[in-house]
Amino acid sequence: MAYAAGVDVGSTQTKAVIIDEQKRIVSRALTETGANVIRAAENAFAEALAAGDLREEEVEYVVGTGYGRYKVTFGNTQVTEISCHGRGAVHMFPQTRTVVDMGGQDTKAIRVSPAGEIVDFCMNDKCAAGTGRFLGAASAALDIPLPELGPTALQGERPVKISTTCTVFAESEVLSWLGKGKKIEDILLGVHQSIAARSAGLLRRVGIEDEVTFTGGVAKNTAMIATLNERLELQVNVSDDSHYMGALGAALFALDHILASRAPAKARQDA
Amino acid sequence: MADATVDGTIVGRGNKDGAALFRQWFEELTAAASEDRRGAYVFVMGSFCELLQTFDLPIVFPEINSLQTAVRRVAHEYLNEAEDYGYSPDICGYVKADVATQLRGGELPMGRIPKPGIAVYTNACNTYIKWAEIWERMYGIPTFVLDVPGTRAAGTQTWPGHPDFENDRRYVAAQIRELIPVLERVTGIGFDIDKLRETMTHANAMGRAWRRVLELNQSRPSLFNALSDGTIYLGVANGFRGTAAGASYFEDLVEEMEFKAAEGIGTLTEELYRLIFVGVPCYPIFRRFTELFTELGGTFVNSTYLWFASGGSNVGFQYDLEDPIESLAEGVLVSVRDAMDSMFFQTTILAEMIDSFAADGVVYHPIKSCRTVSTGLADNRRSLMKERDIPSLFIESDMMDKRVVSEAQLKNRIDAFFEGLESRRQQAAIRQK
Repeated sequence: MAYAAGVDVGSTQTKAVIIDEQKRIVSRALTETGANVIRAAENAFAEALAAGDLREEEVEYVVGTGYGRYKVTFGNTQVTEISCHGRGAVHMFPQTRTVVDMGGQDTKAIRVSPAGEIVDFCMNDKCAAGTGRFLGAASAALDIPLPELGPTALQGERPVKISTTCTVFAESEVLSWLGKGKKIEDILLGVHQSIAARSAGLLRRVGIEDEVTFTGGVAKNTAMIATLNERLELQVNVSDDSHYMGALGAALFALDHILASRAPAKARQDA
Repeated sequence: MADATVDGTIVGRGNKDGAALFRQWFEELTAAASEDRRGAYVFVMGSFCELLQTFDLPIVFPEINSLQTAVRRVAHEYLNEAEDYGYSPDICGYVKADVATQLRGGELPMGRIPKPGIAVYTNACNTYIKWAEIWERMYGIPTFVLDVPGTRAAGTQTWPGHPDFENDRRYVAAQIRELIPVLERVTGIGFDIDKLRETMTHANAMGRAWRRVLELNQSRPSLFNALSDGTIYLGVANGFRGTAAGASYFEDLVEEMEFKAAEGIGTLTEELYRLIFVGVPCYPIFRRFTELFTELGGTFVNSTYLWFASGGSNVGFQYDLEDPIESLAEGVLVSVRDAMDSMFFQTTILAEMIDSFAADGVVYHPIKSCRTVSTGLADNRRSLMKERDIPSLFIESDMMDKRVVSEAQLKNRIDAFFEGLESRRQQAAIRQK
């Protein structure tokens, strides 16, 4: 049995996924990226190996992805996270035609073909508006841990209108709403709606085609899912492994390499 | 300028001679500045070099000066100086670099430019008009804006012989007749129509050759990179328009390109993808930006930039020397209108370019500090994608301001674009089996 791995070195967290020849996830791991990107990639891969009870030499091919993909020094090749999220999303939800990936510092809208190829994509520019970092700023301003943001926001009934999507200005705007006596739940719901609106704008630039799959770390946030559904007027696909979708896509590309390298040998045997 | 260069052949001669001409141009401008001679400040879309050369005016292209500060990695110094002076970070970077240049007495990394004696420009870019007003206030000089009627809507271009075109031509010719006495007054030199015939003859030769050079890049492999090499040619096309040196340069360039085509000499060791560039280059990381594509086997075979930033001289309009003023008006109308159409009504042009250059992809590069060329690119892209099944990339940065250029983010998008190109080619190969 051959194994393939994908290591997704993101701006905030590093994810590793190992799959078998049947494209089943054998193990996964998640670490904070921190300042030492090479170490983060090594740690995530080592943890995934341990979780799968595998030795390094059993993994035939490793693909690095994410902003730190060139720091996956033990990797065989690199593929952008844009291609990897598209590939992973179509693998998980075969009817996927549009992917919205929300990570720590960027949000991507990706249109994919039935084969998982990238037809078009669009990302936020240098500014981190409408990304996970924006939620982080709201979390800090309101002193609410990130995992509780979604559930708290869903209790909101009268969402405030967040006029800025600038991560830097978000904190002062949130505080100004607090000063006006607005409930934390309503402020947070407004924050989520603001991000959903901005993400919908990115999606429209590539064309929204059902089914839409939501990937990335922010896909764990229940309020983000709900506000996206409301904004897009459809139900987005969300997997328990949404956070690992980039690493999964990378592992699938790695498996392609393994299978492709075997093809000529098989052809020779057949002959 | 017919010396052999690389390996005893003429390969690379155009780049070498282009750089030499550029140095020569700035030596002449520096000399003019030191003699306190006044120059004609003009822009790339409708420069009127043919006419201005007849009045012995040193020609200054502020757009070219400004982009050179970015290529030479000092643009931020100029931009900061203009912003400190009071100009907004949100306006055209070329304008700000020029304002700082004026504040520095014309000092640039390439030399020193003379002060303006007159500014002559068209309405092809709305910023031209406000930009020239800065010089008007600074130096009390006359400015002359030539109103070139643009195409009213996509697909409605008119050509010589059409009643609408003839009306527009008469309108432009009347303005040129108004410009001539202004130039006589500024320079103290009488207008000499035979001199105009001479500069027009050179412009005709250059136009024919420039058009041929662009056509020759349909060769496979392509003969020059429209983004990197093409920008050198563009500088000569603008700065030496109407001169014997400019005409000779482009005739030599045709010879070089025909040689490369015959010998199958391309710009890359292995040309994998032929691309079209839409927009203005990213000058703050000019060389690196091109490398982000060439390292992955992509080369730019053509660019709308070479069309609009050469003032539409790519169409190779040929002046009728029997009737210089009327013909100049016709040429301005055909060329400047084509330059504007290359920015505003580019879908049909690009679709034809994709076919004739066998392009594999289109790269759109809107920039922060130029709304004129960037506004509408997203819509243009959607429109083109309906007409042609071809991958496209949309990346944003700037022509001058490195504060809004992120190489890492550009690379990420470009890498993903190439992954898509490769995947598309693989799928096509599978379908053919």
